[in-house]
Amino acid sequence: MAEREITRVLATDCGSTTTKAILIEKQDGQYRLVARGEAPTTVEAPYEDVTRGVLNAVAEVEELAGRRLLDGEDIIRPVSGDTGTDLYLSTSSAGGGLQIMVVGLVRRMTAESAERAALGAGAIVMDVLALDDGRMPHERIERMRQLRPDMILISGGIDGGEERRVVEMAELVAAANPTARLGAKYRLPIIYAGNIDARLAIEDTLAEIADLTVTDNLRPSMEQENLQPTRLVVQDLFLHHVMAQAPGYSRLVPWTDADIMPTPAAVGNLLQTVATEENINAIGVDIGGATTDVFSVFSGQFNRTVSANLGLSYSISNVLAEAGIDNILRWVPRQIDRGWIINQIRNKMIRPTTIPQQISGLQVEQGIAREALRLAFEQHKSLAAGLRGVQRARDISDAFGQVAEESIVKMMDLDLLVGSGGVLSHAPRRSQAAMMLIDAFLPEGFTRLSVDSIFMMPQLGVLAEVHREAATEVFFRDCLIALGTCLAPAGRFREGRKCLHVSVQLPDGPRELDINWGDLVLVGLGEGQTATVTADPLGGADMGAGRGRAVTKQVQGGQAGLVIDARGRPLAFPDDEAERIGKVRQWQAALNAYPETDANDQ
Amino acid sequence: MPTRKLMPMTSDKAVHAYTPGLRATDRAVLRKVRRLPLPGEVHVKLGDEVKAADVVASTELPGRVHTLNVAHELNCQPAEIGSFMVKAEGDTVEHGEILAESRALWGLFHSFVKAPIEGIIESISSTTGQVLFRAEPMPVELDAYVDGIVAEVHADEGVTIETQCALVQGIFGIGGERYGELKVLVNAADETLTAGLLDEACEGCVVVGGSLVTLEAIGRAIELGVSAVVAGGIESEDLDSFMGEPIGVAITGQEAIPVTLIITEGFGELAMAQRTFSILEGLSGERASVSGATQIRAGVIRPEIIVSTGQRPEAASAEAPVSQMSVGSQVRLIRAPYFGQLAEVVALPPEPTEIETEAQVRVLQARLADGTIVTVPRSNVELMQE
Repeated sequence: MAEREITRVLATDCGSTTTKAILIEKQDGQYRLVARGEAPTTVEAPYEDVTRGVLNAVAEVEELAGRRLLDGEDIIRPVSGDTGTDLYLSTSSAGGGLQIMVVGLVRRMTAESAERAALGAGAIVMDVLALDDGRMPHERIERMRQLRPDMILISGGIDGGEERRVVEMAELVAAANPTARLGAKYRLPIIYAGNIDARLAIEDTLAEIADLTVTDNLRPSMEQENLQPTRLVVQDLFLHHVMAQAPGYSRLVPWTDADIMPTPAAVGNLLQTVATEENINAIGVDIGGATTDVFSVFSGQFNRTVSANLGLSYSISNVLAEAGIDNILRWVPRQIDRGWIINQIRNKMIRPTTIPQQISGLQVEQGIAREALRLAFEQHKSLAAGLRGVQRARDISDAFGQVAEESIVKMMDLDLLVGSGGVLSHAPRRSQAAMMLIDAFLPEGFTRLSVDSIFMMPQLGVLAEVHREAATEVFFRDCLIALGTCLAPAGRFREGRKCLHVSVQLPDGPRELDINWGDLVLVGLGEGQTATVTADPLGGADMGAGRGRAVTKQVQGGQAGLVIDARGRPLAFPDDEAERIGKVRQWQAALNAYPETDANDQ
Repeated sequence: MPTRKLMPMTSDKAVHAYTPGLRATDRAVLRKVRRLPLPGEVHVKLGDEVKAADVVASTELPGRVHTLNVAHELNCQPAEIGSFMVKAEGDTVEHGEILAESRALWGLFHSFVKAPIEGIIESISSTTGQVLFRAEPMPVELDAYVDGIVAEVHADEGVTIETQCALVQGIFGIGGERYGELKVLVNAADETLTAGLLDEACEGCVVVGGSLVTLEAIGRAIELGVSAVVAGGIESEDLDSFMGEPIGVAITGQEAIPVTLIITEGFGELAMAQRTFSILEGLSGERASVSGATQIRAGVIRPEIIVSTGQRPEAASAEAPVSQMSVGSQVRLIRAPYFGQLAEVVALPPEPTEIETEAQVRVLQARLADGTIVTVPRSNVELMQE
């Protein structure tokens, strides 16, 4: 169907607990969101048929939008007046998503490339086994048996390289003879994406025990990573093997006009589409109750990571364990009894649906969110790095030190940061969401900040596969809520010293600001408004063009505004408790983040 | 203009889903599925009466796999090892038995490789030179866990046991399945379980405290060989000290600890719900099956204390239906500033209300024990069931 003919799109995302449907229509030449409905996902007993939840969610959309989309249990196509849709699409993470175990040779080389491929395809990586993972062969075998993945991805060796090692790992897989998570009678899909010379031996070793698919080597040489063929195979196997085992999917698959995508793969797809269409670098983050996903596109290169145990309800105690109570409480502008607050955090873990009722509770929860986001982003930066093991020309300065592989995620080059998940999308004040994103990600230079209004990035991601224009239009017009723009000079210098002169051409006239290191300043610039800003860094500060070089850009406003953050990178907190509390209060007041309340309530 | 937001979007995602109340009842019919990790043999049949400790199914887990690179040991090419092996795939070998040998220069240089374990040769690879050995299988026995009737037999996999019982669910636990005589050691639901209340008579028992169990009491319980400890609350820091590290994710039950711990209310000092305490008091002296396994994610698992009544279940009735919240319902407030307090619902206003945090959420009004009426988000209460 030609793109211009599409006037209405129905898309669903079948999540673990909720199935969300959206309806998009072309109105006055623009694609816009018309309605959104949701219903409980029906993959588990007693329904055990995912299409029940889909039909319920679509029925809600019908009612809200005043359109007829269903004829009994059929989705009506194509559009005829107020009836029917031109496209029906879906994503899915029901039943725990796609769970993969990765096997490689060297943990930080081929195994890491394989991990990137699996994550990029939307998988949860259950474990990474490698020759140098410090485990004994029998321990690796035990682990494979224990995990019951949906599929296994084996990589290892560059093309033409030594083949024996990767076959050795395959022999361990054969010895483990792992069973698939869904259904003991179903043959486990295994993908081989390693040294092409070892293919025959791998087939000899694994073809009998598993459903083996051989694809291009994901690391054909030390200098080259080729992840796309593996990602496509993973998604194809997800659709045709894993999902085929999930209740009701055999009915859902023929309903859709494009392949059903794993939810995280769809989100990644959308971010890639937007970054390409707009020629920007972007980061997306989705913080949930159990996990935090981070997506990035820098210079066209896409990366995704999942921090499986960083989240704000089920995993909240793990954030506490990983970040430590001091790091959480540094964001809270009041003194709180530590034992009491640790009990409260644990109580949130065991009763995950509760919400903060008091400002102090909200501040603690948003402090935990900052730490979860910070830790998830650190993991992301570490994985989104240049290829390790590459021989590089070294100059004399390198010769005296170890050269660590740099992350390709460069905050000065970031154009758009999108936050998603309840704590960000539903923060009572938008300035709270802006502060959480700035504090956790520490953007530099000029960065647009947004939150996803109702988490429809998955549906738009699958739409981007068939209609990029519609997906991009709805993303910017209806999916994103603009928070504003953050201006932050890089570098850290003496507090109180002038670091930036900012000229802002606001809709109501020009404004000149002198900014000192340590300042956090909010300039009102509302949603839909833009302003031309010249940031002239002083005394060694950098706004992206080099130290002391002025940068002029058009910036977008939002529900928070234009935030000038000269607190330096990384943020520093005073050691003295009273000073720290004063400093955090000052930051929060600058952004008008919280209402004034009694400081002593807990 | 397109409709931007047709559904009321609030930060209260739990409007439809109140945290389910935990069950505390002296009369329930439970079905417990007992499944082997791998197919094996089921030893009971449909309708059999079983006791908690009876073995209902068993199997053998494949033995550990050991690897040895014979080509490397003999300093030969992997493709050559076939000519040096004196044992074949499927052969049983003793620990130290010769597997492969090579002779060079008319036998002047004699190298051999010995089996690293007792077991079976699973594979010999001429690509890598690797030989895989599998040790003797490990037997696994599955018990019934509760007294009851075999209600279903899952061929080669296990059984479902149905039991008429008293059931108390906890909110969080650690440690696996255990049994023992139930012994209530405190006089009231708000009394702390201290080390001094435990003595030799507690060996092998499931002991019950009131509002809190102290770290010293857990230590004493371990010394005495107590099976399980049940209390209203525990201080987080005490739990971390007991476990040796902070609890991260609430998926428990596999911990290698000598005593199972079940808390019924939460972290901190929290009086056990009176109903829970009364039921446990009434079961004192009975034999209980307990499990600390907790999973607070999809497919919620709560720790439990089960006392089978020994009667045959009258009918395979389902669990009691979850009650709806209404004016007059008894609830527990589960978030600060009222955490742990019991209250009665006095109003359920339908429209979203702004709370102190400025979030617009659905709320209810509840009367606390001292008569004060408070407004709280609906997601911050728990219905007290049964």
